[in-house]
Amino acid sequence: MPNKNFFETNFSNAINNALEIAMKNDKNVICYGLGVTDPKGVFGTTTGLEKKFGKHRVFDVPTSENALTGIGIGASLNNLRCVMTHQRVDFFLLAMDQLVNNASKWYYMYGGKKSVPITIRLIVGRGWGQGPTHSQNLQSWFAHIPGLKVVMPSNPYDAKGMLLSSIYDPNPVIFLENRWLHYTKASIPKKKYFVPINKAKIVKKGKDITIVSMSYLTPEAIIASKYLEKLKISSEVIDLRSIKPIDFLTIRKSIKKTKNLLVLDTGFKFCSVSSEIITSILEKNHKILKNPPNRLTMPDIPEPTSFGLTKHIYMTHLEIISKVLDILKINKKYLKKLKISKPKFHDVPNEGFKGPF
Amino acid sequence: MKLNLLKNIYREFFRIRTIEEDLAKNYNDQKMRCPVHLSSGQEAVAAVFSNIVKKRDFAVSTHRGHAHYLAKGGNLNKMIAEIYGKEDGCSSGKGGSMHLIDLDVNFMGSTAIVGNSMPIGVGLGLSLKIKKQKGLSFVFLGDGAVESGVFYEALNFAAVKKLPVIFICENNLYSVYSSLEVRQPKNRKIYKLAREIGIKSEHCDGMDSLKIYKCLKRTISETRRGKGPQFIEFSTYRWREHCGPNYDNDIGYRTLKEFEFWKKKDPLSKLKKLILKKSPGQKKSLINIELSIKKEVKESFQRAKNMNFPKKSSLFKDVYAK
Ligand SMILES: Cc1ncc(C[n+]2csc(CCOP(=O)(O)OP(=O)(O)O)c2C)c(N)n1
Ligand SMILES: [Mg+2]
Repeated sequence: MPNKNFFETNFSNAINNALEIAMKNDKNVICYGLGVTDPKGVFGTTTGLEKKFGKHRVFDVPTSENALTGIGIGASLNNLRCVMTHQRVDFFLLAMDQLVNNASKWYYMYGGKKSVPITIRLIVGRGWGQGPTHSQNLQSWFAHIPGLKVVMPSNPYDAKGMLLSSIYDPNPVIFLENRWLHYTKASIPKKKYFVPINKAKIVKKGKDITIVSMSYLTPEAIIASKYLEKLKISSEVIDLRSIKPIDFLTIRKSIKKTKNLLVLDTGFKFCSVSSEIITSILEKNHKILKNPPNRLTMPDIPEPTSFGLTKHIYMTHLEIISKVLDILKINKKYLKKLKISKPKFHDVPNEGFKGPF
Repeated sequence: MKLNLLKNIYREFFRIRTIEEDLAKNYNDQKMRCPVHLSSGQEAVAAVFSNIVKKRDFAVSTHRGHAHYLAKGGNLNKMIAEIYGKEDGCSSGKGGSMHLIDLDVNFMGSTAIVGNSMPIGVGLGLSLKIKKQKGLSFVFLGDGAVESGVFYEALNFAAVKKLPVIFICENNLYSVYSSLEVRQPKNRKIYKLAREIGIKSEHCDGMDSLKIYKCLKRTISETRRGKGPQFIEFSTYRWREHCGPNYDNDIGYRTLKEFEFWKKKDPLSKLKKLILKKSPGQKKSLINIELSIKKEVKESFQRAKNMNFPKKSSLFKDVYAK
């Protein structure tokens, strides 16, 4: 029987629902960004909000990313809670000055007088030839800056709970949404709830290897771990959820048990979140692992546009399984046994997707 | 205006229109797997520009850059191949529709981040001046770019240094689905804003080839004579959706009435009528022009479809220059 306290929804609706709850509960919450009131409502994440809360609190903006970030900072200094939205991370790069020189350090550099409770939603593009300037995963840039929090939810439940936590957090939070996750479905509570911004989640228990993942790689890791079970390999999948602060405790506890580590990262390899995780683990105890740690990331090249090129670099459960076998020194012939079929098109989130955005 | 010139403009115009509309037609085959921003409806400025610009001049453009690339003389086959992600694409399949380049004709690049090619064009202008090189630098931009800080910064620098730069702003009233109303103050005139920054500027109807010609001819020759940068705002309108092959008048961000008002202005059919009125005997000649363009474009699509994707090894090529 369906539980009346839950509802069936997808990731973008979960975002919409969180925004609605926050705006209903607190008249200081405002929401703005390019396209938030247009007919597409930022992939449905802001649809209907203007009607419910009025055009003073929900509004479209000029193409002025840097100024509007500063404007959000200013408004938050007078206790508004701004949720700013960008259809691509790449567009937000214009605002690095306001983010890095102001938002991240305002609290610290004025001796803890006034913090900046701004939430910046950034959508990461993927597939359909998004190309070099519409698909960047720059979580490690943001995580590098002291004073910023960075989250990457991987499912509708966390999306809602973490957005609410972000909005009520007294600090600036970078909220990264992968475009493909917008379609993922789940049944989630109707009421207000919070998912903390410092706790990773063990999404599958296991004992042979720890797979740490983030964002859209978490569903892939779960699929991989199911296949691995067929080979009698028991993997523990940890969804980071929060990139900064990062929950080393949960990761370390898991590795103590499994003694093996694979980190999945949606970003470029060099100086990535995966670099940080592996370093920090080994720094504390270089004997914790039985086998060398390993990782899967995007290669250190700009993401090309061509369908014929991205097919070589898009990571799926297949690459994850193969990497796990590598780490555990298991013969690759077992991979063939699994008879994993690849989707016909690597560059779409589902069969219904016909481009272009 | 001389008949020959009118015909040349018509040829260029018809070619750009045909290419954009064929992109729309073929897009649903799901073989062009990248975002495309078509210029259908607003190609007149580019078509006229093509008949005045010189090869040595530089140009840069935006996400909506097909028409500008073509008008500058950019290679058609390489553009279509790029949009299909093929190895012979003008950017080797790395950049797609939003990153076009053809150095043979000094089309120096179109970029996908709003406002971000403006200073590049100004930098090209600076280089011309420092190297005492002949030529101009053309910067294409949309009305949305006016809202970014770099608009002011780029224009300001061009003005201070009196650079040989011409800014061509195609004001099509929208940025994605957002009308000017929610983005800029009501009585703003973009060209006046440019003037206040210190750049000679004017406004022109972007749906009238003759007016566009007069305006561009005069401003360009002034800047060629060393009179400094200029800014022209053209009023125009895109027919199809912001990004993609379809019409989107049903989703509610603009009215069908508005769309039809602008569609009626179609400067391509107006130009054809003008030519035929001037010289009814041209009918056959225009038909021949159209046929040969249709053939050229069709072949170009066929060629791109049959071509290979770039090799896997090219993934790691060109990250750094040697
Ligand atoms: C900095 C930045 N912000 C937002 C976007 C998303 N975007 C892509 S095209 C576009 C519209 C820009 O409008 P305009 O400059 O008028 O050009 P048009 O599409 O009308 O030709 C926007 C906002 C972007 N590419 N870059
Ligand atoms: Mg526009």
